[in-house]
Amino acid sequence: MRRVNRNERVRVGLTLNGRKLAADAEPRTLLCDFIRHALGATGTHVGCEHGVCGACTVLIDGVATRSCLTLAVQAEGREVKTVESLAAPDGTLNALQQAFRNNHALQCGFCTPGILMSFTDYLSRNPHASETEIRDVLSGHLCRCTGYAGIVAAVKEVTKSSP
Amino acid sequence: MPDQLGKPVLRKEDPALLSGRGRYADDLPIAVGTLHAHVIRSPHAHADILRIDAEQALAHDSVWAVITGEDVRKLSDPFLAAVKTPVQQWTLAVERVRYVGEPVAVVVAESRYIAEDAAERLSIDYQPRDVVLDPVQACKSSAPLLHPQAGTNEISVREFRYGDPDAAFASADRRIAMTVPFPRLSFTPIECYVVVAQHNAAENSYDVLANFQGPFSMHPVMARALRVPGPKLRLRIPPDSGGSFGIKLSIFPYIVLIALAARITGRPVKWTEDRIEHLVAASSGPNRVTEIEVAVGHDGRVLGLKLDQLEDYGAFLRAPMPGPLYRMHGAVTGAYDIQNVEVKNRVVLTNKMPASLIRGFGGPQLYLALERLMHRIAIELQLDPLEVIRRNLIPAQKFPYRTAAGALYDSGDYGRAVDIATGDGRLADLKKRREAARAQGRHYGIGFAVVVEPAMSNMGYLSTLMTPQAREKAGPKNGAVSMARLTIDPLGAVTVTADVTVQGQSHETVLAQIVAQELGLSADEIEVVLELDTAKDQWSIAAGTYSSRFASGTAVAAHMAAVAMRDKLKAIAAKQLNVLPDDVELASGKIRSRSNPDNALPFGRVAGTSHWSPVMLPEGTAPALSETAVWTPPELEPPSSDDRINTSLTYGFIFDMCGVEIDPVTYHVRVDRYVSMHDAGRIMNPMIAEGQIRGAFAQGIAAALYEEFTYNEEGAFLNGTFADYLVPTVGEIPDVEILHHHSPSPFTPLGAKGLAEGNCMSTPACIANAIADALGAQDIILPATPRRIHELLQANQKFPSPLAGEGREGGGAVGQNHSRTPKPPPPLSPPHKGEGNSKPRA
Repeated sequence: MRRVNRNERVRVGLTLNGRKLAADAEPRTLLCDFIRHALGATGTHVGCEHGVCGACTVLIDGVATRSCLTLAVQAEGREVKTVESLAAPDGTLNALQQAFRNNHALQCGFCTPGILMSFTDYLSRNPHASETEIRDVLSGHLCRCTGYAGIVAAVKEVTKSSP
Repeated sequence: MPDQLGKPVLRKEDPALLSGRGRYADDLPIAVGTLHAHVIRSPHAHADILRIDAEQALAHDSVWAVITGEDVRKLSDPFLAAVKTPVQQWTLAVERVRYVGEPVAVVVAESRYIAEDAAERLSIDYQPRDVVLDPVQACKSSAPLLHPQAGTNEISVREFRYGDPDAAFASADRRIAMTVPFPRLSFTPIECYVVVAQHNAAENSYDVLANFQGPFSMHPVMARALRVPGPKLRLRIPPDSGGSFGIKLSIFPYIVLIALAARITGRPVKWTEDRIEHLVAASSGPNRVTEIEVAVGHDGRVLGLKLDQLEDYGAFLRAPMPGPLYRMHGAVTGAYDIQNVEVKNRVVLTNKMPASLIRGFGGPQLYLALERLMHRIAIELQLDPLEVIRRNLIPAQKFPYRTAAGALYDSGDYGRAVDIATGDGRLADLKKRREAARAQGRHYGIGFAVVVEPAMSNMGYLSTLMTPQAREKAGPKNGAVSMARLTIDPLGAVTVTADVTVQGQSHETVLAQIVAQELGLSADEIEVVLELDTAKDQWSIAAGTYSSRFASGTAVAAHMAAVAMRDKLKAIAAKQLNVLPDDVELASGKIRSRSNPDNALPFGRVAGTSHWSPVMLPEGTAPALSETAVWTPPELEPPSSDDRINTSLTYGFIFDMCGVEIDPVTYHVRVDRYVSMHDAGRIMNPMIAEGQIRGAFAQGIAAALYEEFTYNEEGAFLNGTFADYLVPTVGEIPDVEILHHHSPSPFTPLGAKGLAEGNCMSTPACIANAIADALGAQDIILPATPRRIHELLQANQKFPSPLAGEGREGGGAVGQNHSRTPKPPPPLSPPHKGEGNSKPRA
């Protein structure tokens, strides 16, 4: 276990969307702040810092995690995936992203990255999730614009068409 | 090229937002050396500031400044307000704090973490004062005064009379009255406030980025506070903003605060609001207590309406308040044909956060009272609630309909819309479900609500607040300017800019559809740039995104600019095609002769002519392709000398109908079925329209069942996190069957009406009526939480049956058995002693 002094700045290295990156952080630096401002990947958003709204959800070693409730030092050496990893390099949207567009599943887009990451994790383990299961996962996220119906429809479009 | 308008075109905004390439305020690069601010907030609801000791905080290395009310008072002027009172508000508390969470000081340091550390070392001594939270109590002379120099907390009272209400009430068979409170809540956007400010000392000018939403009538308010002329406050709006729902108007005091911080430190300063700050002090809608009474015949026909609306705006009346009272003023009779009206509008201040813009903007408060009373009329007269509604609806042949208070309803067929919505077995099904449930002793109820949804505010509506004599002196105020600009570059690429800010409403897509429709292109060929910059863009006091003004305003300006551009291109092409302009059409990316389509030129070639070869332009045609449309509709007149005001340009209609069942064990209200009929005139993009309606519906459900800002008796705020303030998740939002009826607006060339606030207005009333039906209860206080439903079931309110003959004739309605004051809502979580709900600061 690495010991870090309270006021010490330390080098934190991790793999972000397949690329090895490192930057300085304090022990108290939140992972969401680290990803956004130290590593410059601003697709992850911060809505509450209390672990309730879900906008900051990222994958750590494939598991959906609230990056506002995780310290940067905890992600040392881990595989972090954020919304920037979903589309193809040329910008082509993946099936989940395209389904969100087809079903008007976003308006302001601020909560969307967190929701996409939760379902990226969940559908990888349960590709044919039922509507009840979809709603259950989605209940971990707050969206103020859409009223959720489009989001449920989008994920259902993916679960129906996935092989 | 198939029609672009009216189609569910997929959004141009989505690819970037779906792949993490959104450009929200906190994502944008900031200047090297930018400092970070942390706001210290009052833990007391009402207290004098005795002393602020910043020595320890300033001793913390890399802290650049601690700014207090005294600094702000020296460097800036109090904010202008709509009501002329001696109440003064700066961007920090001066001498006294008046609500928990009120900004008291700002620490500026090299990082937000360090600024928060330093804040822990700031010691502020307060002398607590008595607190008043309830609007009715605050009006009493015995109540603690928030602003001694104002002499009262009730800082504005205005009375209006239209038609002959006294005669109506004297002659009516019955008078029925109710007291209907509406809660204090906020549609908190998931992205909080962000401000980045720079100060140019040489010119004493400011350059500020902020996710402000408008209206830009606030720009002069900010510039005046900063003591600079408008052009020296450059305000930039980021391309993306994470929702607003009216709340991001109230960022304006922080724009001034962070601008002053930049001036004081000589460095750019950035401030990002966190969730606790947002919940405790950003903004909220005003809560209201309405005393409403009708003069009604035995047949349920309403002859006269009286409203006493007491609205609680918290500790300060910020511009443009008391908007919610006056935006709905013209539509105070809703969808009903009532010409005898008496209205009393009262503004009161209490020890709560200042209230301001919020989606629905006065509609939810008005229609909860009006629609609950219409339901009540049916109960008392033993009529069918839907019949009472139908009997009073404005008949189709009376449109455009001038209401008693002066609104000019543009178009509608209210009865027809109700027929369609209740038809196809929908109402019959609801009644069947109710019968089946009641047969098993279950609590099932049906509710209705009709609302008229105003869109695009007349910027003069707030002056109705002034007396006619005062208006005469000050000069008339009216109108609402919409602006859009279209330019075509040398290779024929089309760009649109317009006077709206973006918070997720899909303006980019719909503007592209409007322009593509006229130029014979496809929406994805149109570039739309909406990052409003007051130094470079055209804007007016009406610019911004509020009052659902897009469809009735900016969309029209864009259409007009596109039509002007189309006609210019026709003239240019006609010469080259050797035909008359009337024979030219723009279609499928070509500009061609209508009678001989083979005689055609690519769009880009014709557009290029005016750049590369102005010599080929027809006589008198100006070079360059830039069309700006500036539009203000004539219907938006100033308030008349007898206080009639057409507050908005277009008026949509909504009929909602729902069935609810109340669980006798958990007391939870389950929405069994919900139908919502909308008449918003012409729909420009059905997919986007449905998204706006579903979003407003979810917020209507939130107000009806879940969300409320609660305070304990000491004024401590009890909803500091999303665990205490119940924003509904997917589990709490029932399905809604959305139906459409189309009465195009005759007042705009597009015929489209703003439709984004309707269900915020109709859904709370419809749910409340259904609960009243399910429980046979009268005083439905929202949000109808399980705790409140339990109290209703306990109270077991009995209806005095009309035959009971308790001196009913002519007397006030029975049912006045409740005191005027709504019981303060019991706190959802155990009350906090002493400290405010936010982290102890001082």
